[in-house]
Amino acid sequence: MSVEEREVILEVKHLKQYFRLDKRSVVKAVDDISFEIYKGETFGLVGESGSGKSTTGRAIIKLYQPTSGEVWFEGQRVDTKLSHSKKKAFNKKMQMIFQDPQASLNGRMKVEDIIAEGIDVHNLATSKKDRLNKVFELLETVGLNREHANRYPHEFSGGQRQRIGIARALAIEPSFIIADEPISALDVSIQAQVVNLMNQLKKERGLTYLFIAHDLSMVKYISDRVAVMNKGKIVEIAPSDELYHAPLHPYTKSLLSAIPLPDPRTERRRKRIGYDPSIHNYSQEKPKWLEIRKGHWIYGSDSELNDYEVELQGK
Amino acid sequence: MAKKILQVKNLQVSFETHGGEVQAVRGITFDLHEGETLAIVGESGSGKSVATKALMGIIASNGQIKKDSSILFEEKEITQLNEDELQKVRGKDIAMIFQDPMTSLNPVMTIGKQIMEGIIKHQGLNRSEARQKAIELIELVGIDQPDKRFKQYPHQFSGGMRQRIVIAIALSCNPKILIADEPTTALDVTIQAQILELIKDLQAKTGVAVIFITHDLGVVANVADRVAVMYAGKIVEIGTSDEVFYQPQHPYTWGLLASMPSLDTDDEALYSIPGSPPDLLNPPVGDAFALRSQYALKIDHEQEPPFFKITDTHYAATWLLHENAPKVTPPSVIQKLWAEGGK
Repeated sequence: MSVEEREVILEVKHLKQYFRLDKRSVVKAVDDISFEIYKGETFGLVGESGSGKSTTGRAIIKLYQPTSGEVWFEGQRVDTKLSHSKKKAFNKKMQMIFQDPQASLNGRMKVEDIIAEGIDVHNLATSKKDRLNKVFELLETVGLNREHANRYPHEFSGGQRQRIGIARALAIEPSFIIADEPISALDVSIQAQVVNLMNQLKKERGLTYLFIAHDLSMVKYISDRVAVMNKGKIVEIAPSDELYHAPLHPYTKSLLSAIPLPDPRTERRRKRIGYDPSIHNYSQEKPKWLEIRKGHWIYGSDSELNDYEVELQGK
Repeated sequence: MAKKILQVKNLQVSFETHGGEVQAVRGITFDLHEGETLAIVGESGSGKSVATKALMGIIASNGQIKKDSSILFEEKEITQLNEDELQKVRGKDIAMIFQDPMTSLNPVMTIGKQIMEGIIKHQGLNRSEARQKAIELIELVGIDQPDKRFKQYPHQFSGGMRQRIVIAIALSCNPKILIADEPTTALDVTIQAQILELIKDLQAKTGVAVIFITHDLGVVANVADRVAVMYAGKIVEIGTSDEVFYQPQHPYTWGLLASMPSLDTDDEALYSIPGSPPDLLNPPVGDAFALRSQYALKIDHEQEPPFFKITDTHYAATWLLHENAPKVTPPSVIQKLWAEGGK
């Protein structure tokens, strides 16, 4: 399916999320970013710590009130103050999976009640029996057993806890899931299990993911398109193959050149590309956000964009 | 081959807990040669950190190195040393750096003082000589304006810079062995790349042997000369970096390598190892990985596999290498590695 035929499920326009530290200083965690996410895709958002990637996710799901900008979800504007019923409808459609399954599950609640919390809030169960059956079904969907319903989070391993977090998110049948570093805390052999599960659920349920992570090889694998964030700005968006094989922005190049791959010979040949933000002359030339090729967006000043254009033609 | 500087034989470490005895390290044997980097890779709970803490004599108080374990460092049997003798080895001959540089540094002491501490204690230099040496070290680990930085406190440094300071402290007494326990795990990839380069660079300059503990196979490929793969308290495979990455023999190594996406892996589902690691309160009989392995033979559940020799440098503990074992087909990713041997 070509890009333009696809239905947009989420649109972010000029989103800014500032945090005031004290009277004089403001942290511009997210500083004027715009992007669209299509229905049924996995959109990867990568960046280093402090880049603003998690803040972006939290602002979209209304954990923060954005400083300015707009967020549109399924044709409705959602960043503004919503009526109680609209907010509830929004919450039912968008869910989040967190990095640390230990911290995001209430240790004093049984797995059954953790998973069914959303079912209760949205009155999705017709009876106690129906509620329990739904929980059983969800547990099986994420590869756990019915018997697990009666246990507490501490009785599970990290990978199993992440499965509980996924089951909780799925309980109210959302269409959009924000996964904030869902596998970073897991061991390598468990990461693949969780990623496969997420991919399988996406296919079966037609889910859309915003996948936030710093592990670039996993992001490349799971995402259809990837956005690279640096210091509150998105510097480049492209289909994941294109981004990894033909990156344009110097920050993307630097980031890609820093990922160690499990291949000693590649590693011996590796040349690291540094990134020096002072090469941008944005005080003299105002930067803009431009679609340089269909589906390939980049942030830069006019002269930089010219250079990128020349580079693309040479490829 | 370079001289052996450390010989570990049948090292076993257990911890007493409320639930019983946890056998964290269950008999591991390996050598470390002068000037090389040996990476120990494994998942959490595999025993990789405990094993190296035992080398320094810093296992928790409920832990114990079992008898019949031997750690030979330059003719000295480390397991027999008392606390005073150990103190002389620690920091001076064997130094260690940890994952989180903030918790390794004293937040209320200038970094200059912290670097000087070990120099004065182990090398007997006076204060001004130690100060000079500390400033040289700050410069050596790639920090600008060492005179100014000398007087600053840890909170004035970024995560990557703090790890550089920790490395400077570790190298201050010219140790023969540097143990690096997940030194880059808490850092961003671009900073990680800088720290890995720094460690390799310093190793080339000083000739220190490095034991590098990590769960990240990409990092292993970047730093290691040799690799030991640990699972459930045992080494299951050991060899040169090329041997382990391109000719892996143990099904656990296969699983680890196959479950990481390469930049070319596309739509097919990732290979994944089912289940989770065993509970070391009651370690399984036989090959501990058999419970999760599709390649397990009957004997794997009954008898522990010995090390089979593949080359002079490459060994793996799996019954699949026994002459009577049936031929099995490893995951497609591994077949590709075998065939291409990397590109």
